[in-house]
Amino acid sequence: MSLFNIFDIASSALSAQTQRLNTTASNIANADSATGPDGTPYRAKQVVFQAVPQDAGNGPAKVRVAGVVEDGAPARKVFDPKHPLADGEGYVTLPNVSIVDEMVNMISASRSYQSSVEVMNTAKALLEKTLSLGS
Amino acid sequence: MIDRLDDYMRFQTEALKLRSQRQELLAANIANADTPGFKAVDFDFGKALTSVTSTSSGPAPAPEILYRQPAQASLDGNTVEMDAERAAFADNTVRYEAALKFLNTQLRTMLAALQG
Repeated sequence: MSLFNIFDIASSALSAQTQRLNTTASNIANADSATGPDGTPYRAKQVVFQAVPQDAGNGPAKVRVAGVVEDGAPARKVFDPKHPLADGEGYVTLPNVSIVDEMVNMISASRSYQSSVEVMNTAKALLEKTLSLGS
Repeated sequence: MIDRLDDYMRFQTEALKLRSQRQELLAANIANADTPGFKAVDFDFGKALTSVTSTSSGPAPAPEILYRQPAQASLDGNTVEMDAERAAFADNTVRYEAALKFLNTQLRTMLAALQG
């Protein structure tokens, strides 16, 4: 029954978007973390989405997070000689988190999440109507 | 005799099946709206229904799934256009409900005839 599969598909999207939102939260929270557990500044992380077709070919596909990669953008350097982590020239290396990018990511993830919830609600309403067939 | 009952409701049943299949495809498109390189898919409901109802024996042919042509391609190769997909999803929902209503009416008519 295809309608039941919609729950699987929509929930895969929900968990993928949640993970994206989680990553965004981590990036925004650590936008100014000049040092991490290994002594280097925090690096922005991004999720990579991957489509998972349920049957071979171009049938309906679920989505999953293929992995979390580190953002390749160069680290931000700020001139602040008083900072305890400043280098010889007075520059502090700060994370490569772009707040603007993260805000856009956050809004996009939350919108996509809402869409998937709506899809799920519609599928549920249709299933309920189908179950009451003949009454 | 019983096959006549079956024939009587076959059209709406097949329509309902195809509608739910299409609903699934559209849900998958919406789910993959942010997947890089994902190609949105869909099928022609009218064609699929014609080919299903015109085959009298053997299994019903599966609908021919086609890639959607995007009006504005995105840079990451994803061809899901959220507005179009959402519109198609809402449209398909209403049409599914319509098929359901027709089937329900047919059932009631048949019950009325049986009970007298």
